[in-house]
Amino acid sequence: MYTQALNSSEGEDRNIEDAARAAQFQSRIDADERIEPNDWMPAAYRKTLTRQISQHAHSEIVGMLPEGNWITRAPSLRRKAALLAKVQDECGHGLYLYAAAETLGSSREELVDLMLAGKAKYSSIFNYPTLTWAEIGTIGWLVDGAAIMNQIPLCRCSYGPYARAMIRVCKEESFHQRQGFEIMLTLCRGTEEQKAMAQDALNRWWWPVLMMFGPPDQVSQHSDTSTKWKIKRFSNDELRQKFVDATVPQAQFLGLTIPDPGMKQNANGNWEYSAIDWEEFKQVLAGNGPCNRDRLAARRKAHEDGAWVREAAMAYAEKRRQRSALQAAE
Amino acid sequence: MATPNIPLWEVFIRSRNGLAHKHVGSLHATDATLALQAARDIYTRRGEGLSIWVVPSSAITASDPSEKGMMFEPAESKIYRHPTFYDVPEEVGHM
Amino acid sequence: MTVANITVSETPLVLYTLRRADDALILGHRLSEWCGHAPMLEEDMALANMGLDLLGQARELYSYAAEVEGRGNDEDKFAYLRDVRQYRNLLLLEQPNGDFARTMVRQFFYATFADLYWRAMMRSTDATLAAIAAKSEKESAYHVRHCSEWIVRLGDGTEESHRRTQGAIDELWAFTGEMFAVDDSERGLIDAGIAIDPAPLRPQWLKTITGVVDEATLALPKNDWMQQGGRSGRHSEHLGHLLSELQSMQRTFPGATW
Repeated sequence: MYTQALNSSEGEDRNIEDAARAAQFQSRIDADERIEPNDWMPAAYRKTLTRQISQHAHSEIVGMLPEGNWITRAPSLRRKAALLAKVQDECGHGLYLYAAAETLGSSREELVDLMLAGKAKYSSIFNYPTLTWAEIGTIGWLVDGAAIMNQIPLCRCSYGPYARAMIRVCKEESFHQRQGFEIMLTLCRGTEEQKAMAQDALNRWWWPVLMMFGPPDQVSQHSDTSTKWKIKRFSNDELRQKFVDATVPQAQFLGLTIPDPGMKQNANGNWEYSAIDWEEFKQVLAGNGPCNRDRLAARRKAHEDGAWVREAAMAYAEKRRQRSALQAAE
Repeated sequence: MATPNIPLWEVFIRSRNGLAHKHVGSLHATDATLALQAARDIYTRRGEGLSIWVVPSSAITASDPSEKGMMFEPAESKIYRHPTFYDVPEEVGHM
Repeated sequence: MTVANITVSETPLVLYTLRRADDALILGHRLSEWCGHAPMLEEDMALANMGLDLLGQARELYSYAAEVEGRGNDEDKFAYLRDVRQYRNLLLLEQPNGDFARTMVRQFFYATFADLYWRAMMRSTDATLAAIAAKSEKESAYHVRHCSEWIVRLGDGTEESHRRTQGAIDELWAFTGEMFAVDDSERGLIDAGIAIDPAPLRPQWLKTITGVVDEATLALPKNDWMQQGGRSGRHSEHLGHLLSELQSMQRTFPGATW
């Protein structure tokens, strides 16, 4: 199963490419067969998936921070328990995803080290600050809503371990968006101050959430091969449109205004949104978002502060191995 | 400095009595006791399990997918191993 | 609209229940501070699970206190609208997380006590308390298991982990005596079979603690001077900061529903 390549990076030699194998691989994909860890796969498929799954994992883990920022200040015990459980779920999702990435031959530690070194990306959305309680509602409603749009097609992705992780994630996440929407609804039915807080959060998060789906189709660099390999089943713009169409009526129900005065519904019923500021997206990805430095610093601190704990557990396991070896020798 | 690797474990869970343990995922732990607790904390948060097995990933020996033909295809032609291979008249009833 | 603290009529049973509720909330809150910052992902999950167990216990106990008091208070009013002097939790539980060793030792000391306590309380003549105890005991039993395993690994791990864990034990030991103290308000409830007398639980607690600490190659301090005051609202300075965070929304937006 997961034995050969784990916690090591060997095995690339098994992937000497030849046209016949590549063609056979593609025909398996075309026949909707799932690819499993030890199956032969083109090196580029392995690389693309490792990158995508590990970025997804990093996003879950970094994504704990903006919401974690409010666990200790949640305004009721019911909200506090729900938020703690939700952020904990994200930790679990990161964990499942790292495990899926590890089946491709990179260890979790290697992948995490890349992220901490600033060499791996994670979702740009988590580089925005959560300034008020309303952001917790907004994140659940919109960020999780957008994530679900992205993740549901991934449950049918060609790579078995990724698809299985996504099924588990989607099942668990079903409460996240509802949790967020309920917070928004409570705010919108509350005082004027609360409603203003909700609107303000929507104003600040709307455009960054649309950017979560990635660059427009004309410029997306990974789309073609990912589609061919059935890692990706819908284009960025398709998913973005689907999300906008699902969200507009929800905003109307809440009585909130989407901060896009130019937005209009076309003859097909789709909501056409205005141009997205891709320069902002580029800057956030390049490390210049409002919280990039804080997020990485927090993850680095947790990693460094925890090093002695991990070392202690490793040392203890080693001692115990030696003791039982001694006992066996006696 | 590279972070040292903590061993990987595979987790199997019995969701109900009467069912077999089923592979649900993996985790990292330095020893079996911590692996079992982590499996409980990660994979049974929604009441998914009644029993857990954890196995070091390195202890699993897997068949090689490239030998799929040799390993599994010979079984496909042994149709006489299946009940539908045999004709029993309907009057005889369920057998 | 008002920012004022609620008043609580602390009859013995209300006070008794609030004390246990405050214990669970304050420790659960402390554990929730770890979320996203634990030494490894697996442990982040474990700490959050323990935190959620405790938050659940707190909510049930607050609700019961509200019912017994019968003056329109509820779990959120108890949690968010009492100040430091009205909180009744053990001093041990409000101590800052510190490093992972400090958090584990705090949890280990408390969970080992709580497990014995809940087990005894399952026989309370008060049916609600007995039911809460039955549910909580299973949770605390796991906390004991989890923390014990960590104490052993930290104590018998590396030199650094040993030093940190011994330091945590030395630092927190003086807060353990309060768990076994009883005041007049509880004495009557104990006599009536409603409350649990913690004093007889101490030998078993000490036995469990000693067993684990020995296995971990650590030692318990010789100093037996014990700090007290949490049960009557004389807290350490840490609690005020915890509450200012916990209660910030309710204090900033008085009377709002969230």
